[in-house]
Amino acid sequence: MKLQKYLAVSESGFAFLSNTGDTFILNNTANFIIHQIQQGHDEETIVENLMENYDVDKITAEKDVNDFISQIKHFDLVE
Amino acid sequence: MKIKIAVSGLNNTDNPAPGVPVIRAIKNHPDFEGEIIGLHYDNLEPGIYMEDIKSRSYLIPYPSEGVDNLLNRLTQIHEKEKIDVIIPTLDSELYGFIKISDKLNEMGIKTFLPTYPNLEVRSKDKLWEFGKKYNINVPKTEIINSLQELNSSAKKMKYPIVVKGLFYEAHVCHTFDQVEVNYYSILNKWGLPIILQEYLVGDEYNVAAIGDGDGNTIGAVAMRKLYITDKGKGWAGVTIDDNNLINLTHDIIRNIKWRSGLEVEILKRNEDGKYYLLEINSRLPAWVYLTQQAGQNLPYALVELALGKPVKPFEGYEIGKMFVRCSYDLITDIKTFEKLSIFGEL
Repeated sequence: MKLQKYLAVSESGFAFLSNTGDTFILNNTANFIIHQIQQGHDEETIVENLMENYDVDKITAEKDVNDFISQIKHFDLVE
Repeated sequence: MKIKIAVSGLNNTDNPAPGVPVIRAIKNHPDFEGEIIGLHYDNLEPGIYMEDIKSRSYLIPYPSEGVDNLLNRLTQIHEKEKIDVIIPTLDSELYGFIKISDKLNEMGIKTFLPTYPNLEVRSKDKLWEFGKKYNINVPKTEIINSLQELNSSAKKMKYPIVVKGLFYEAHVCHTFDQVEVNYYSILNKWGLPIILQEYLVGDEYNVAAIGDGDGNTIGAVAMRKLYITDKGKGWAGVTIDDNNLINLTHDIIRNIKWRSGLEVEILKRNEDGKYYLLEINSRLPAWVYLTQQAGQNLPYALVELALGKPVKPFEGYEIGKMFVRCSYDLITDIKTFEKLSIFGEL
């Protein structure tokens, strides 16, 4: 999955879509996942990394990743 | 070289005119040397009272008082000030200024105004034909000149419908009753024709630009409003990176050989992602100071064009540059207001 070329995400979790002017504030989990996507990780790896960095089980991690990916697709943040 | 530039539209209220931001941009240009002269229509225009905006300001007659009165007043002001350039910034005054532009030129006052054909072709009541001619999407539009036409045209359209005046105002209506109320309201204020326009759902964008009159774009900056007031005015906005908006603006300027500043209002429709032209305003917008801060000093380019200097087109601008308007009270003395009221200048 590739994020839109117009999407800029800061370390603090502020996202700016430069072709529309839309802005988003990401919580810690969302910020973690979006940076993982930026680094080119696939969904399976992101789930594993989420479990490693946050104290969550696999079902919760998968749900968080899937939910977030659905949301960024809904907002046209992926190519 | 020291120059004197007169700028109108100092009304900096919640429905601001472009004068103050135009002046701020000009004064920020490193090559600018000289003075700014304000031209105001009302003694309470806030720009008159703002510090570091103008050296002096003069009352001028409203457009409704005719071009002879305007020319006489500008002649008086010119005798005192020796103005080099005038930049009118309001839609309503453009016809008058165009009419006297040759005489101003003879007096040594330069302008860079749109042509009459420029103004006519982009008029709201001709925008539908404009779109068809140049293959640009425009929301379906009906021009209304009577109550009978309002009835028959509204029946043909799908609700909601936007009811617009030729120069100002636009209201979204969900029923025919609302259409009728707004028809009369706009009719009483601005007269005929009234425009009915298909309401499209999507995001609105604005582009501030300058055309050189030969079909070339000198500069163009796209902006998305982040906060819109109840009057529909942008209170905050951010520069954005969408070449579709810039290319559409280039097409418009090329097709009609637009001369002077303009603002293009565009809607990106949610349903199909297509871009629709909503309006072409025949002057720089009130948010034009953002263009200077983003790297395209459009007001100063307009001054240089008026002076007949070659102006190199701008390339690119900073994305993510924001403006946020503010409103605060300026304190003055009744003596200042008295001087303005009695002498028409400050």
